[in-house]
Amino acid sequence: MNNLLTMLSPSALHIAKRDDIVWWKAWIIRIVSVVFALIVCGVITIALTKLNPVKMYMTMIEGAVGTPRLVWNLLQNTAILLCISLAVTPAFKMRFWNIGAEGQVLVGGLATATCMIFLGESLPTPLLILVMAITSIAAGALWGLVPAYFKTRFNSNETLFTLMMNYIAIQIVAYFTLEWSVHKGSGTPRTLEFGQLPMLFGQKYLINILIVIVLTVIMYIYLKYSKQGYEISVVGESENTAKYIGINVKKVVLRTMAISGAICGIAGFLLVAGTDHSLKSETAGGRGFTAIMVSWLAKFNPVFMIVTSLLIVFLEKGASKISEVYRLNPSFSDIITGIIIFFIIGSEFFINYTVKINKTSKEGSK
Amino acid sequence: MKKIVTLLLVAAMLVTSVAMFAACGGETASTDDFKIGFIFLHDENSTYDKNFLDAAKSATEELGLSEEQVIFKTNVPEGNECYEAAADLADQGCNVVFANSFGHEPYILKAAKEFPEVEFCHATGTTAHTENVANFHNAFASVYEGRYLAGIAAGMKLNEMIESGKITADQAKMGYVGAYTYAEVISGYTSFYLGAKSVCPSVTMEVQFTGSWYDEALEKEAATKLLSNNCVLISQHADSMGAPTACENAGVPNVSYNGSTQSACPNTFIVSSRIDWSPYFKYIINNAKNGETIAYDWCEGFEGGAVALTEVNEAVAAEGTQAAIDEAKAKLISGELNVFDTNNFTVEGKKLESYIADVDTDAAYEKDTEAISDGYFHESEYRSAPYFDIQIDGITLLNSMF
Repeated sequence: MNNLLTMLSPSALHIAKRDDIVWWKAWIIRIVSVVFALIVCGVITIALTKLNPVKMYMTMIEGAVGTPRLVWNLLQNTAILLCISLAVTPAFKMRFWNIGAEGQVLVGGLATATCMIFLGESLPTPLLILVMAITSIAAGALWGLVPAYFKTRFNSNETLFTLMMNYIAIQIVAYFTLEWSVHKGSGTPRTLEFGQLPMLFGQKYLINILIVIVLTVIMYIYLKYSKQGYEISVVGESENTAKYIGINVKKVVLRTMAISGAICGIAGFLLVAGTDHSLKSETAGGRGFTAIMVSWLAKFNPVFMIVTSLLIVFLEKGASKISEVYRLNPSFSDIITGIIIFFIIGSEFFINYTVKINKTSKEGSK
Repeated sequence: MKKIVTLLLVAAMLVTSVAMFAACGGETASTDDFKIGFIFLHDENSTYDKNFLDAAKSATEELGLSEEQVIFKTNVPEGNECYEAAADLADQGCNVVFANSFGHEPYILKAAKEFPEVEFCHATGTTAHTENVANFHNAFASVYEGRYLAGIAAGMKLNEMIESGKITADQAKMGYVGAYTYAEVISGYTSFYLGAKSVCPSVTMEVQFTGSWYDEALEKEAATKLLSNNCVLISQHADSMGAPTACENAGVPNVSYNGSTQSACPNTFIVSSRIDWSPYFKYIINNAKNGETIAYDWCEGFEGGAVALTEVNEAVAAEGTQAAIDEAKAKLISGELNVFDTNNFTVEGKKLESYIADVDTDAAYEKDTEAISDGYFHESEYRSAPYFDIQIDGITLLNSMF
């Protein structure tokens, strides 16, 4: 690997893999990269819009956390994104590329909405919410199990399979959205009155946030300290090793995907019962895909994912405030967030590799 | 272990900084200034939203509101985000909040109940007249009359093609790209068709639905399909440039909606009907400022300036189009002419004597109001949003999207 990189790099530079970087050095690299990102964005802002970049950054912060309501909104959105990121993580750790979170969230939401519509009037609310939670977990798990089964039985490609399952879920939800829409043919979903999650201490999103915090802790312990979590890492590192030491790989794949789908189901449940109180094909809003980035950026560490999901949502909310305040097309704020995320991902390169000046080539040029 | 400690520290730092900003931002400056907030489903790339944005800009400028007094939130989806956007606008001190998309309604209603001191106005909605929430209002315009006039322009163009021998009278078939098989769309294409039929009696029409209010690729595809079915003129009720662009590429005349598409389609654009929202915006701003009540269900037509037609593109339109439009417009205003006059259309070969429409919103789509009296269907009279949803003869639906 080292040789290959050396061959590819310009003769004056030499790229080498770092063995193990000290934790604080890694953080300096990350912080420096963010500073660089802000400088680049500042230059682009001045060049394209003639706005004061510092003011623009202040607007971003104001848009994300400017009022208590915005803070709650930020935390709520972070919680949902974090929940889906937690869901995809065990699969990723196992090197099972589950990019079907979007669909798994939607079927979870569909199960929740179905209960809210058909059982809403007959069951008392606490029981209804319990039934909603169980069915959405089961629906998500089932949606995750299908590609896992085909993977273990026929060795099908899980990336394509999970991706295709998204489209199936999206179309099923779109069908029921129209079926259940309040105005015939308008395509607008009905508001689901029964089984909405209760407010805690007068805060409507607190229950969502608390559930996800608990999930985060459980997932951290599960992956790091449980036997099953260890099996996941072994299968991810090498299937042959896993087989050699007597791990039932098929069982681990099926179990892990069921867990992955089940947590997506919880996210769907929280979205439909906790925030939206309606269901349509855009309910997941692409978060099933954004979660992949959150999980990778955090290197599959659930605690670190709190930071990465918060960062992504923060940038998103800040960006929409920029277009609101300066009346810019939202594409501009998308460019800004894109640059910032690019630099953050890029910083991982400098954490894993070191760039050295190539002495031999210098001597050669003399 | 060190790693976890760092992570926890970083998380703690973020949370505290978040809390600090929240504390600062919490004290909103008290000002007596009037503020209005607008919520748009898309941005100016959608013809539907651009029509609202332009009206909001011109109305607020005309009334002398500064940029600080007018807040635009674009790309707000029809979900909980809409409620959050409305609540945030109320937090920012808006006296009036306006939302432009049908699906925003339940979320705006929710915000209206939470902020009784703020006026919430919603375009194209249907529930204000039954909900009885004092600060929640619907609005629409009798745009079916505008579409009727646009239909006249289309019919004149067909006549020109027939006279020049380009097509026979039987080949006078128009195509229409619709979003959903929904009353607002049905009312729109039917009035457009009746306008064309009033000058070109042999006209027929095919309608292809996309199942989306805004999907450029689908709309283009639908228009292309209609063209391959030998439609010689296209119109649309969907919000992207998909259909007009397909027409321009194929060199087939297009009657547009929401505003002029002439700059992008100079060789095929005939005319466009649209709702001019600036009269409504001026009305709600003035009434809110003066403490007067806002109508729960506002609907205006040509006279109030709410329904408008763009200039006719003389390069494409048939000769005398403008004169014919002006004549019909005068008749519509005087009441001499009614778009949905039951003498002018048939349903399954028969004249319609009675029709119970679904005017009051309910989940079962229960039909509740007799809409036909005095020889015509009373559109947008019992509530502002259209409720004409009858399939009349001469129009073929190629698919349906409920």
